[in-house]
Amino acid sequence: MTSPTQTHLGAPQDVAPVLDVRGLSVTFTTESGTVSAVDNVDLTLAPGEIVGIVGESGCGKSVTAMSLAGLLPRSARVSGSARLQGTELIGAPESVLRAARGQSIAYIFQEPMSSLNPVLTVGRQIGEVLQVHQGLSRKKARARAVELLTLVGIPSPLQRVDNYPHQLSGGMRQRVMIAMAVACGPTVLVADEPTTALDVTVQAGILDVLRGLRDRLGTSILFITHDLGVIADVADRVVVMYAGRVVERAPVDELFAHPQHHYTAGLLVATPTPGRHAGTDRLQEIPGLVPVLSTQPDACTFAERCSAADAQCLGSAPALSSDHDVVAVRPDHLVACWHPCGNPSARHQGSRA
Amino acid sequence: MKPDTDVALEEVALELEDLVMHFGSVRAVDGVSLSIRKGQVTALVGESGSGKSTVGRCIVRLLEPTAGVVRIGGVDVTHLSRRQMRRHGKEVSIVFQDPAGSLDPRMLVGDVVGEPLRLQAGRISRRDREERINEELGRVGLRAEVARRYPHELSGGQRQRVSIARALISSPSLLIADEPTSALDVSVQASVLNLLADLQRDIGFACLFITHDLSAVEYLADDVAVMYLGQLVEKGSRERVFARPAHPYTQALLAAAPVADPPRQRARKAVLLGDDLPSALDPPSGCRFHTRCPLAFDRCTAEVPQLLGIGDGDAACHLVGPDGAGPDVRQTNSAGSLQ
Ligand SMILES: Nc1ncnc2c1ncn2[C@@H]1O[C@H](COP(=O)(O)OP(=O)(O)OP(=O)(O)O)[C@@H](O)[C@H]1O
Ligand SMILES: Nc1ncnc2c1ncn2[C@@H]1O[C@H](COP(=O)(O)OP(=O)(O)OP(=O)(O)O)[C@@H](O)[C@H]1O
Ligand code: SF4
Ligand SMILES: [Mg+2]
Ligand SMILES: [Mg+2]
Repeated sequence: MTSPTQTHLGAPQDVAPVLDVRGLSVTFTTESGTVSAVDNVDLTLAPGEIVGIVGESGCGKSVTAMSLAGLLPRSARVSGSARLQGTELIGAPESVLRAARGQSIAYIFQEPMSSLNPVLTVGRQIGEVLQVHQGLSRKKARARAVELLTLVGIPSPLQRVDNYPHQLSGGMRQRVMIAMAVACGPTVLVADEPTTALDVTVQAGILDVLRGLRDRLGTSILFITHDLGVIADVADRVVVMYAGRVVERAPVDELFAHPQHHYTAGLLVATPTPGRHAGTDRLQEIPGLVPVLSTQPDACTFAERCSAADAQCLGSAPALSSDHDVVAVRPDHLVACWHPCGNPSARHQGSRA
Repeated sequence: MKPDTDVALEEVALELEDLVMHFGSVRAVDGVSLSIRKGQVTALVGESGSGKSTVGRCIVRLLEPTAGVVRIGGVDVTHLSRRQMRRHGKEVSIVFQDPAGSLDPRMLVGDVVGEPLRLQAGRISRRDREERINEELGRVGLRAEVARRYPHELSGGQRQRVSIARALISSPSLLIADEPTSALDVSVQASVLNLLADLQRDIGFACLFITHDLSAVEYLADDVAVMYLGQLVEKGSRERVFARPAHPYTQALLAAAPVADPPRQRARKAVLLGDDLPSALDPPSGCRFHTRCPLAFDRCTAEVPQLLGIGDGDAACHLVGPDGAGPDVRQTNSAGSLQ
């Protein structure tokens, strides 16, 4: 297992990824036609790594995550490949997916209340997972539930284990969800906006628990959020999505220091940061709107809003690659752009000559 | 009571004196005093459920306060209806968090924006009204033709602009902005913050900016008021509160809000408070923050700390002196929840 400080310096490139997603596409059949929600997404997750997925509402973050374990409704058509420790998940039979969901991939979502059973104590709910998947006796399962509650930082776990969900605060319910998700020691934990509904002081505690799981158990985490501050806090690497596609992928420090896609760069300058005030400093806006996802055009999906767009951008879609002629960019920094931002001084100055 | 001169009263756009709002046994707002000078932006921050929106709703008279006084431009409006307030020329508007939920889906955008004019004293002609609507839409950066669309035909950012146009068409002296950017995508939040900053500078209304987004507060506010469980725990200028927060809760809040800068964020240390938030049904004795405060001692459970002057602003903590000096929870090593 890698230590947290090492992982922060970037993903260990030589280690085989626990999760390897290639060419993942998802379309939905709706009354008004086919919607292309996720288009040709590539991403990897190394052992003990936290990868953040950021992007606007509706850009396909949740659909990407849910397609992995077959959680999408029937109207979804999924293609491409997602290998979890070598096992192909896309198109796998339900029995394989069910086994994976119990043991190797687990999810936590934004709203813990809707995922918890209101009429069962938290101890029973965690215990049931253990009884079903690990065949523990009821007594052993309860003891293990107490251990798990301790692991996720719930005070007085011996009392709390007999509480019903409504007796817990929002932050504690989210901790219970995490305890349930890690009960069977999954290799991969998918956290979809796990702190969005919580206060910042409570959020800090939850992020700490997730980091702790990675450090102690080596769990790999796919962390979905639209909050760049949260990404800066927890992620080792970042995947930026825009309108169903991955537009940029890089180690976290590299991405914030040298964003190469114009959408990423736009997000970073649009975000108020410490020390900026309206009296002296204007936030830069990203003009225009996110495109409708009915069909993915043979163009860069950001072209309509991009100050650097030209005929090439409107005529063909750039592939995600590290093979661009920007000196400052590292090989593990991928961007899907015909005219990347380049070195920091050339950035945000409109189109390049 | 303080001996306010007429001049001073003129300068104050909003004054709350010991505002109390109880819903049955829920003590949502429990004695909040606050004033905003003309043309200034005061941010009201605090945890979810601390009573921020309730304060805003009491000011715009959507709620009848249980006790306390609301003064707008020096006039006591606590028991006036909105119509009576208009007769006094005291106009207050509110912009809500959720632009989709706060606009009537069956009304055209033009009618939504123009509605406050119909309610105003003195009828104006249809022509004049339309002109005002177009002018207001233009001011928030929307084209006039948007007036003939329905709210659901607009993007989230455009809808929020519509609700801002509606709030401003009656030329309010005070704008309550309740989480105006929280429901918006990152790339449109900036445009709404810029718009509020521009309008505020050009028109000069006073603004109570309710939010939990501290980076937006630092960007937009002149003053900051921090709420915890129905009460203010700290007030002061933006510069002072961000540079030298006095109350342990304010310090923890600032430490917990992540900044979008990885090396800087990693170098910071969150103060882990524990997430068993006390309830407004049964607030803790003494200092309401004592159940989560890393610095709490005997006196905190027994004695309510008063909100006292600390030079620049006020703070309510037994450990903060009259010069604002006191401990900083960000320096103390709080035990991590996993250790
Ligand atoms: N069941 C469905 N049928 C049709 N379209 C769908 C369905 N589920 C999702 N979509 C569409 O797929 C796209 C991606 O949705 P997704 O939920 O992945 O977005 P997201 O990035 O998670 O957004 P958010 O930040 O709002 O959670 C959206 O345009 C959405 O409308
Ligand atoms: N109409 C009502 N009836 C009963 N209780 C209410 C009512 N409105 C608010 N409350 C309660 O009053 C308290 C303060 O709520 P308020 O909405 O003012 O908080 P807030 O600070 O705006 O929170 P948030 O950040 O989540 O918007 C909460 O405990 C809430 O449940
Ligand atoms: S330069 Fe072209 S390819 Fe790159 S983001 Fe802009 S439009 Fe897309
Ligand atoms: Mg989502
Ligand atoms: Mg509120």
